[in-house]
Amino acid sequence: MKMPVRVYIGTPLRRFTGNLARVEVEARDVAEALDRLSARFPGLRAELFDEAGQLRRYVNVYVNNQEIEDLAGPNTQVRDGDEIAVVPALAGGADGAPAAPAREKLVRLTPEQVIRYSRHMIMPEIGGTGQRKLLSSSVLVIGAGGLGAPAILYLAAAGVGRIGVVDFDVVDLSNLQRQVIHTTDAIGRPKVESARDTVRRINPDVEVVPYNTALTSANALDIIKDYDVVLNGSDNFPTRYLVNDACVFLRKPLVDASVFKFDAQVTVFLPGQGCYRCLYPAPPPPGAVPNCAEAGVFGVVTGLVGAIQATEVIKLILELGESLAGRLLLIDTLAMDFRTVKLRRNPNCPVCGDNPTITQLIDYEAFCGVPVLAQS
Amino acid sequence: MAVEVRVPAILQSVVGGQKVLRVEGRTVGEILDRLDQEFPGVKKLLLDEDGQVRRHINIYLNDEDIRFLQRLETPARDGDIISILPALAGGGIHALR
Repeated sequence: MKMPVRVYIGTPLRRFTGNLARVEVEARDVAEALDRLSARFPGLRAELFDEAGQLRRYVNVYVNNQEIEDLAGPNTQVRDGDEIAVVPALAGGADGAPAAPAREKLVRLTPEQVIRYSRHMIMPEIGGTGQRKLLSSSVLVIGAGGLGAPAILYLAAAGVGRIGVVDFDVVDLSNLQRQVIHTTDAIGRPKVESARDTVRRINPDVEVVPYNTALTSANALDIIKDYDVVLNGSDNFPTRYLVNDACVFLRKPLVDASVFKFDAQVTVFLPGQGCYRCLYPAPPPPGAVPNCAEAGVFGVVTGLVGAIQATEVIKLILELGESLAGRLLLIDTLAMDFRTVKLRRNPNCPVCGDNPTITQLIDYEAFCGVPVLAQS
Repeated sequence: MAVEVRVPAILQSVVGGQKVLRVEGRTVGEILDRLDQEFPGVKKLLLDEDGQVRRHINIYLNDEDIRFLQRLETPARDGDIISILPALAGGGIHALR
């Protein structure tokens, strides 16, 4: 429903409005209000919008003293009694316009970004503030394989500003059945490079930091410490325990998942709320569990699960909803059955328990009785 | 008392390829005994020499880990679901050899 709203016109723009400081228009959202305004005062349109019809970068628009970038951008809804303020940045607050609210140290969105992320920003749960949070956030993805590939694609599309990718492997023909970030012409190339190139084509806002190396006890803390959240797409037990312990020590949230044939397990470990060792104190003895090459893996399951991991990562960054922390999601895609079971912190856990006995990274190959082979 | 036992893909070959079994028993331990009678060797995969659940395996009664209930003594009721959850490594090609 259209509502009469007042629009405050910044001083430099008043020469287009017959010196009116306040104009009333009927509109549902900011975009419509500005459009009405421009229709009424034709000279204004070129001042407010560029050739592509996008709001000019130097024009700040506020709804009730809140910058629309912190709301839903041009899609911000307006109601009866709201006041929209249109103030060219050059004028600052000196002309008596509403003072810009105190800003978090977040990036400013370009008009192009406002469009790119408009389907996020229109939701009040995310809005401009949430989108800027995503752009200022960093996520480390362990493994650009079955789980990492789809996860990276979605994190990049969502505008996670910095994505670290750890993988020492090269793209192999047999990866392409599920590792959707890699393409046939990337065969033989390092996975981290292939992933970075694909991300560039999806979203140039995103910086990919490639780590073309195995994650080891020697480098794990150094790599992980620079990220807000860790997404585990590793495929072997030594790396799984290594990532877990490093995240516990650095107090980093860990979004964990593993896949076997048609089944998967997904969970989130938050600092102080339990860890992978609380769930599985020790790995199976070597040989007890067949590997994916022997057993096979239903490619699309890794897509499903990687997307669930990305969902959980983004929820954590935006502090949205309830994470899987404290729950283990069990997926059986043949029955298409999703269940969660409870997951608890073990007070006797050697890493995150009340009296930890492991306080630094150990030799995980020895712990698991196997060499670290790969992590894709 | 018949409960439903859900067997993970990784162990299905041991129980004749079945994913869901209906087993009688008053406790989780008793149910595993019955299961082992029908499919010899199952218990050895799940329990260690001391009769404790192996550390890379979790057994759930409905949505609760039996470690936080009464372990193998946990009573089971008609309609309960027992899930066996082994640690999985996968995500790609290489895993344990």
